[in-house]
Amino acid sequence: MKQNMKPAYFSALSILGQHDEAMDVSQEAFIRAYNYFDKYDRNKKFFTWYYKILKNLCLNRIRDTKNKRESDLESFSNLLSIESAEETYINEELKNKVSEALLDLKPEEREILILREFENFSYKDIAELLNIPEGSVMSKLFYTRKKLSKKLTSKM
Amino acid sequence: MNERFIYLLEKYFENELLPEEKIEFNSLLENDEELKKEFSEQKKVKEVLSKMSLKNPTNEFWDKYWMSTYNRLERGIAWIVISVGAIILFTYAALEAIEQFFADNSAPIIIKIGIATLIVGFVMLLFSLFREKIFNSAKDKYKEIQR
Repeated sequence: MKQNMKPAYFSALSILGQHDEAMDVSQEAFIRAYNYFDKYDRNKKFFTWYYKILKNLCLNRIRDTKNKRESDLESFSNLLSIESAEETYINEELKNKVSEALLDLKPEEREILILREFENFSYKDIAELLNIPEGSVMSKLFYTRKKLSKKLTSKM
Repeated sequence: MNERFIYLLEKYFENELLPEEKIEFNSLLENDEELKKEFSEQKKVKEVLSKMSLKNPTNEFWDKYWMSTYNRLERGIAWIVISVGAIILFTYAALEAIEQFFADNSAPIIIKIGIATLIVGFVMLLFSLFREKIFNSAKDKYKEIQR
């Protein structure tokens, strides 16, 4: 289970957009996975099974804290940290704009974009995790990038 | 949007276009200004995102993360054990109290009947709740998911 710790945390972060909640929910998902390990089909990847538990817990958390999040929007907008691989080319302002634009996306849009662009999951893996066809993954990524581009343009 | 274009575009980003697909993709871009614009927009977003990454927490964070997961799991088990112990003790104390109460000849019979009726009702209620929980648990495919 330990090797899945990082993808688990980052996946939760991509959906929730908050460090503390991502840590809490991803840990809770590990505990549930441990408690229900007898239900795990050994022929499938552990992370795919774990991800279903994680995603449902994330969606529950979003539902439970929806009203609170509206008012906390300002405070959590900076918590999704993005670092530039080349500081000289990407300035702080652009990083903040991208961060804000990512947080403006719907959780499911942010989720698929981060899985692909930041966590480098393959289309096949994403299709498996989200239980949708690979073609839909490509399509969703395309429209999410388009939406992100519009949000970035409006913030420039 | 043209689904074929999206498919080819994604393959282009992954450097997985076959020679014939490359020709098809270039032809789509050359003949359609709208697609060319989409391509440029998507490429720009990809470039911006490729220069960024999610900040990786420190090694200390990951050590604490796993330790904290173990602690939560252990505490969950500890609470279950404490609860079982408390139930055993409470049940023993309740049975002792009931036995003594019914053995006491000075207690009025009407009180004894009232207490006995209360106990039967309570046991029936517990049994009903327990049966319902077992039934739902057996039928619910998504029981591991918190609602």
